[in-house]
Amino acid sequence: MIEKLKEIIRHRELIYTLVSRELKARYRGTVLGFFWSLINPLLLMAVYTVVFGFIIGGARAPGFEGNKWMYALFLFNGILPWTWFSSSLLESANVLTVQGALIKKIKFPVEVLPIMVVTTNMVHFILGLPVLVAFFLIFGKPLTAWVLFLPVSLLAQYIFTMGLCFLVSALTVHFKDIKDILANLITLWFFATPIIYPYDSVPRALQVVLNFNPMTHIIESYHYSFFMGSLPHYKRFLVTILVGLVFFYLGYLLFDRLRDTYVEEV
Amino acid sequence: MEAVQVRDVFKFYKKHADSHKFLTIKSALVNKTLFGDLEAGERFEALRGVTFDLEAGKTLGIIGENGSGKSTMLKILAGISRPTAGEVVTQGRISALIELGAGFHPEISGRENIFINGVILGLTRKQILEKYEEIVRFAELEEFIDNPVKSYSSGMFMRLGFSIAINVNPDILLIDEVLAVGDASFVPKCLDKINEFRRHGKTIIFVSHDLATVERICDDVIWIRKGKIEMRGYPKRVTDAYLEYVGKKDEKKSLAQHGEEEQEAVREREKRWGSREVEIANVRMFDAANREKYIYQADEPLAIEFDVAAAVEQDDFVFGIGVFNSEGIQVYGSNTLLENLVSRSLAGSGKVRLEIPALGLVNGTYFLDIAAHKRDGYPFDYHHFQYTFRVTSSHRDVGIARIPHRWQFSGGIGFKKDENP
Repeated sequence: MIEKLKEIIRHRELIYTLVSRELKARYRGTVLGFFWSLINPLLLMAVYTVVFGFIIGGARAPGFEGNKWMYALFLFNGILPWTWFSSSLLESANVLTVQGALIKKIKFPVEVLPIMVVTTNMVHFILGLPVLVAFFLIFGKPLTAWVLFLPVSLLAQYIFTMGLCFLVSALTVHFKDIKDILANLITLWFFATPIIYPYDSVPRALQVVLNFNPMTHIIESYHYSFFMGSLPHYKRFLVTILVGLVFFYLGYLLFDRLRDTYVEEV
Repeated sequence: MEAVQVRDVFKFYKKHADSHKFLTIKSALVNKTLFGDLEAGERFEALRGVTFDLEAGKTLGIIGENGSGKSTMLKILAGISRPTAGEVVTQGRISALIELGAGFHPEISGRENIFINGVILGLTRKQILEKYEEIVRFAELEEFIDNPVKSYSSGMFMRLGFSIAINVNPDILLIDEVLAVGDASFVPKCLDKINEFRRHGKTIIFVSHDLATVERICDDVIWIRKGKIEMRGYPKRVTDAYLEYVGKKDEKKSLAQHGEEEQEAVREREKRWGSREVEIANVRMFDAANREKYIYQADEPLAIEFDVAAAVEQDDFVFGIGVFNSEGIQVYGSNTLLENLVSRSLAGSGKVRLEIPALGLVNGTYFLDIAAHKRDGYPFDYHHFQYTFRVTSSHRDVGIARIPHRWQFSGGIGFKKDENP
């Protein structure tokens, strides 16, 4: 495994080049350019703010004191990293097929493709952060030094997402229906993660269930370091990193194992 | 030293059947390869026990029909796919010209794509920077390098891809038919570059249908038939045997293909220009018995015929032809003006026929230019490299043209005829 990781690190220039290709290609030729990568999370935020803030009354949950704008801020805080996660998963289901020419026609380290997907989406996420910070300033909510916890959250999310994406990209080559299942699964997963509701507003019995979802703790770590301005629950977070590493290991193992089959199946 | 050693290589592909649907994730994991135990009926046997060695510095040609396993062999050599059984050992850095411009993104400029493609082919950014000027110059794209690749013609795309791939500076170069898609004027340049590689002692494996080029640049040729090596040896010997085998089959196919090729050619505007005040259409070739045919013996008589039509009556016009070989060298060219025919009038439509009593060409693929223009060169309709025909014969002479000749001996020189050349 260590050898394989070194191998991946040797490809960093290739990864860098492909990620910048994806970014450039995405922003070239569009008037709004970079703004597009923000539109999705912004729209989601707007919809959920209207539905849960104004219509159903999610803003009444503890921590918001009925302040709908605080609720919107809380939403955006969670939706932004979630978009990174969900786009990565959805794109990795297609990436081997879309980039089929690279696999079929030249000698190419295939693992670079899912890595490209997750990394590109991470860059989109990072580019969205200044907007998040701007919202904090606009809504008059102070940020604390705990914002500096961000790189740790980033790393944890990267490892976990990467593991899942290896799994998904390898399996969709052979089982095409995973793509359809995945879209539904992600919607379900979204609601099973404390993004549109705060973790603390959930009944204790259900919190136990939520705790089994690694994304709960990853999104919570963003909530803590930004919205609440405190140290994330570090014990749960450490366990999450370990779980993420297990997923990464298993995902890569499977991906590596099926490596020879991609040339013929994509 | 052997640069390439191929031992008993087999490659089976799964025939696309419904059995796949019932595959579970569990069985996929257990079997590792997913094809672990395919029954003989379920698989397509692309390669069936191929063994050969190639000495470093030599150029090997691989020929064979479509689907014979040539490209599969090349993909295995390139490390793209793995053999089902057997072993391949290679010495040195390999560059495969199988797909040119892999990873090119249409929205991005040629300049940036050079870096993307170069890194994909295994160069570092620094190495690419060093070779950047050379790559652009060789591709003849100095003016267009900052335009997005989507604005390139297919020829420009191919030139850029080729230029990057050869600048990887490999020890072993694998070439798969990529020259077939290039614009005809670029092909000779590519061949020059390949020759330069040979002079520098690089090992080359060249897969192609262009037998004339294979004969010219290869030291050795392998003919693969149905996944097995049918024959290996001196290029001319192998290509002749191969030609004999495909000769009959090809003749029938060629006639059918001609129609399609012509349509395709018309679509490609850059190969045709002119005002169209006089238009050329329906270029055909006939043999002595007046049958439409595109494969000829070296000294066979033939006729080239085409229709011309003028919307407005013209009194200044010239018809011309040019014959080029596969390396882009003009073998012959002439027109009515050069042969002192002074045009008087062309009204409505007519037919032009050029009869050639004996072709006098060596084996290979040839391209035709057919043109109608004014005396001062003003083009009415110029068809450049639009038509092809092939010369295949048992003659083994080489060169550009077949000069009529006869050997005569006197004195104490004796020959006898080789019954089995």
